[in-house]
Formats: sequence, structure tokens, C-alpha cells
Amino acid sequence: MIARANRIAGLVALILGVVALGGCEKPPQVTGQQGFRGTGMVDVRTPMAVEQALARNQVPAALPAAPPSGTKAGLVFQNVKVLGDTDVTEFTRLMNAMTTWVAPKEGCAYCHDVANLADDSKYTKVVARRMIEMTRHINASAKTHVAETGVTCYTCHRGNAVPQYIWHKAAPGEGGMTGFTDGQNVAAPVVGLTSLPYDPFADLIAAKAPAQAIRVAANTALPTGPSRSIKDTEETYGLMMHLSQALGQNCTFCHNTRSFYDWEGNPPRRATAWHGIQMVRDLNEQFLTPLASTLPAERLGPTGDGPKLNCATCHQGASKPLGGVSMLQDYSVLK
Amino acid sequence: MAEYQNIFTRVQVRAPAHMGVEAPAGSWPRDGKPWFSYLLGKIGDAQLGPFYLGGLGLASLICGFVAIEIIGLNMAAAVHWNPVEFVRQLPWLALEPPPAKYGLTIPPLAEGGWWLMAGFFLTVSILLWWARMYTRARELGMGTHIAWAFASAIWLYLVLGFIRPLLMGSWSEAVPFGIFPHLDWTAAFSLRYGNLFYNPFHMLSIAFLYGSTLIFAMHGATILAVSRYGGEREIEQVVDRGTASERAALFWRWTMGFNATMESIHRWGWWFAVLCPLTGGIGILLSGTVVDNWYLWAVKHGVAPSYPAVFPPVTDPAAAQGVTP
Repeated sequence: MIARANRIAGLVALILGVVALGGCEKPPQVTGQQGFRGTGMVDVRTPMAVEQALARNQVPAALPAAPPSGTKAGLVFQNVKVLGDTDVTEFTRLMNAMTTWVAPKEGCAYCHDVANLADDSKYTKVVARRMIEMTRHINASAKTHVAETGVTCYTCHRGNAVPQYIWHKAAPGEGGMTGFTDGQNVAAPVVGLTSLPYDPFADLIAAKAPAQAIRVAANTALPTGPSRSIKDTEETYGLMMHLSQALGQNCTFCHNTRSFYDWEGNPPRRATAWHGIQMVRDLNEQFLTPLASTLPAERLGPTGDGPKLNCATCHQGASKPLGGVSMLQDYSVLK
Repeated sequence: MAEYQNIFTRVQVRAPAHMGVEAPAGSWPRDGKPWFSYLLGKIGDAQLGPFYLGGLGLASLICGFVAIEIIGLNMAAAVHWNPVEFVRQLPWLALEPPPAKYGLTIPPLAEGGWWLMAGFFLTVSILLWWARMYTRARELGMGTHIAWAFASAIWLYLVLGFIRPLLMGSWSEAVPFGIFPHLDWTAAFSLRYGNLFYNPFHMLSIAFLYGSTLIFAMHGATILAVSRYGGEREIEQVVDRGTASERAALFWRWTMGFNATMESIHRWGWWFAVLCPLTGGIGILLSGTVVDNWYLWAVKHGVAPSYPAVFPPVTDPAAAQGVTP
């Protein structure tokens, strides 16, 4: 009887152990002090996860440089609206690079009618043209975030026609009487498998003047007026979990976590991230949201909106996309 | 002689089941034929039952059952009644309070009405259970210390789910019924109110929480250590100390200069345990109603220390650019 009881207790302990540890990352974890000693400003890394992120963020070899021909692309090809001033050899080189970045399997025909390259009837070509404009817009006007490293199509696409990490507005509830979740309380990968709101993007980063401000903490010690709710706070928290996942970093990478309200004593990276959020809002408003009318139904979300970008679209698990290597230097036509 | 140098209880006394003292007139009969469990005897009394249900107990269980049903069925509906997903996602699922737009009105069932209903039944269930604890203690001729300690926990529960939402003017401020969601709520609460670690009542609550575990460990260890001298007969030793008490007292006087007594240690334990949720509840109640950012409050009152700068200075870019932060 005692032996049986011990066996049962042992089995229960084993099962509980497996359940409790099943979700953990493989040790060891490495910590590094960032801020003043004793303040908990420490980054925590799992070397295995860092290696995996690095492996996912390798830069492909650049195509060989093209000797300039002296003729502009707009004179050789028809209907070149954005890159008409580019030298035709550089233009062709970029087209080839874009094929390997965006549609390596489908080839030129993914966007072009190969019998008539000038034809705009495929939606993919119209989108690609707009995306080239977006890339140039980022490289010219978002230097506070992308610096001189800049971005190319590959920063997001990585060989996929549609970048791997995009977002659509979440479908509203099904209208039943039960099962109200208020847009949260499921294991949502986009917010780091927490039960936080799974679509923090629509309210916070869809437009330059978003429906809701990200900052929720009060800026005075005592209440002064109408206050932000706990549910608003959960949305901000969800967005920050997304940021943390997208960059593969914990909160103290950007924040002095003793006061999220305060900027004093924060790592300067926080300002870089702030400019990144402004950039994402700008791009979603100017470029991605308006493209919904160009896209076919299968590219639209459950509420009929087009795909939009967030931090993971470029970062993909690395604090600097593609390890901070600048592909733009090899394709300066995108500047 | 009984031996106590073991994790589990070594002695199990077996005698005919004890039905308990006679209940006063008007009480229900006790339910269940008592039986003995060896494993239960390892951690407590081996005798299980009889159980006193009573009117309050029955009403409390019914209300509690209704609350758990409402919560559980709404969770199941959230995963489209899929039993596998229900088990897989159980820690993430919750019955969520209504959105802020409903304030303190009664929201539609589909948008938090079920939450309000579950909260009502759970609260009634808990209050009935409190009354049951109180009356059972009285009918056994005991003091009501257990009921009042339980009331301290109920105070915190009511502050979180009822009193503070009333003062803030919105049910949406309350805690969801769910495992991870209530933890996310807790973290969000601290983020919203500028870091709860700077809330002095939170500090007190933590001190009493950790203090409770410390006092419990000190007391349990002391009694086990002197049980070879009959130290577990604590109540007799309140008035007739004997060698076990003397040794235990001497030990603490030698090691820290002061000792509790066989009586006072239990008052220490009771007060520390009671003050933990009592002070915690005050801290929650003041957040948002009286203080909006505890960090700034702590700076204002010289509580938060300042540290040498490590990073180059960084200023808020939103202040310069005038955009939505």
C-alpha cells in the first residue's frame, strides 16, 4: 500500500514537472547588465534563440554590379512610372534582384505579362510599383529609424510574395450571446502567446493619428481628469509584447522599467523604437491601407482590409533586421 | 515516543470514527459516514467526514456552482465548444468584464453581462460561505478569528471586483475571471498606475505576505524542533511552559534577543496574514481614485531614489513633434 502510494506520488510529480517545464526555452540563459547596478536593467538572452534568429536573418549575395549604359530605363521601356530616370542596366539588375527577393519560383510572370512588360493588368505589378515608392520613401524620410542602413524589398519579403509577418484587422466576435472575449484571452502568437488583446495594431499603429494613443501611464502623480482604462493598458501591453517578440529582446532593451512614463535614464534605443512606431503608422496610412482596393479578395483580411505592417514585418526576431547589414548600399537606386 | 524528524506525519492514531460534539437545536444533521485514508493521515487527520452542509453551505455551493458554470460555459463558447481546445487553452481563457463604454450600467449578455452575473453569484457564494464559517465557529463555542481572517481576503476581492470599479465608474476596471487574463490584468494595473512597487500599501502588503511565510516557517520549525520534549502541546504550555517552551524561547533569545510566547506567536501569525490583503486592498483602492502614478507620487514625496546616469541623455521625441504618443 505504501509502495503503491509512493509510485502514484512519483508519477504525479513527474507529470507536473513535465507540464511545468514544457514551455521553457532551453537553458542556459545569459544575462548582461545594461543600466546602473542593482536596478534590474538587465538583458536576458537564450543563446540558442539568438543563433536561430541570426540564421533567419542572413543577407543574400548581391547581384554583380551593372556597368552603366548611359540610357535611361524610361526611354527603353514603356510605362516606367517610378524608376524612369534609372540607367537601364541598373533598372534591369533591380528587376532581377526583385524577382529573387519576392517571387523566386514564379519569376517575372508573377508581376508582368511577359508578352507585354508594360501592361499593368496584373495587380501584383501595381502593388510592386507602389512598394518601390514605399521603399524609397522609407530610405529618404525615415532615417531616424532606419539610419543609413536603409531597407530593400528583401528586408520584409525574404523570398516570399507576401512577407511572412503582416497583420489584418481581427474579425469581430461572432455575435453569439456567450463567449465574449473582448478581443483577448486566447493564446495569441502575435502578442507572445499571452492572453493580451490579439489585435493591438488596428487601434494603435494603423494610422498617423491612431484611434488610441499608446501611452497609458498618467503623467501626474494625482488624477487630473478622465483616465485611460485598464483595457487600454492591456492593448498597449499587447503591442509591447509584439515589439519584444519582433526584436527578440526584453523590455529593458528600450525601457528603464521602473517608470514607463519617464524618459530619463532610458536607453537611447527607446527613441529609435519611437521613430519606428511613427514610421509604421505613416507607412500603413500612406501606402498599405489604400492598396486594399487594388488587391484581390484572397489577399484581404476577414474585415476586407489589406495586409499591413508591424515591427515583425522587417525585424523578424532580430533587434536589427538582417543583423544590421545594409543591402541598400548595393542597390542605391532604392535610396 | 513519537518521532517527528520527517517531512510527513509519522503517527496515525486509529480509533472508532469521531462524529463530533452534538450540534445545537436547529442544526442540520451531519452528512456522510466517516472513513479513514492512509494518505490523508500523512498530512493531517486520517478521518474524513462527517461533513456539515447546513442551509448557508447549501446556498453557497449552489451560488458558487452557478458562477463557475457561467464562467466555464462562456470559456467553452469562446473556443466554439471544442473540448480539446478548451483543455489546451484553459489557462488563457476568461470571462471578460464589459467594455468601458457601458460604465456602471447593465451591459448586454454578449458584452460582459455574463461577467456581471457570474460576479454577483460568486460574491453571494463567498459571503454565504463567510456566514457559514462564522455560525459554525459560534455553534462550536469557538472564537470567530477564522471568519475575520477570511473577511480580510474578501475585502481585497471586493475592492478588486466591486468597490474600486464603483468608485471609477466602470465595470471594465474589474478583474476578468481567468487564469492568465487576471495576471495580465494585474501587470496592466501596475503599468497604468506608474509601477505599483512605489505604492506604500503595496509595500506593506508584500512585507506582511513575506512576513507571514517567515513567521510560519519560524513557528513550524521551532515546534518541530522541540517536539521531542512535547513541544506540540502548545496550548498547555501557554500557562505551564515546561522544558520544550523554555528551550524554544531560549533559542530565540540567544539568536535574536527576543522571543514570542506560545500564545503570542499565533497572534503574530494571524495579524500578519490578515494585514496582507487588508493593506493590499487599500493600495488597490487608492490607485486611480486618489493617486494616478505611484512612481511620480514617490518622487514627489522623496521615496524613489535617483540613480547616476548610465545612458546618454534621451528626451521624449513626442514632446518635440506634437504627435500622438
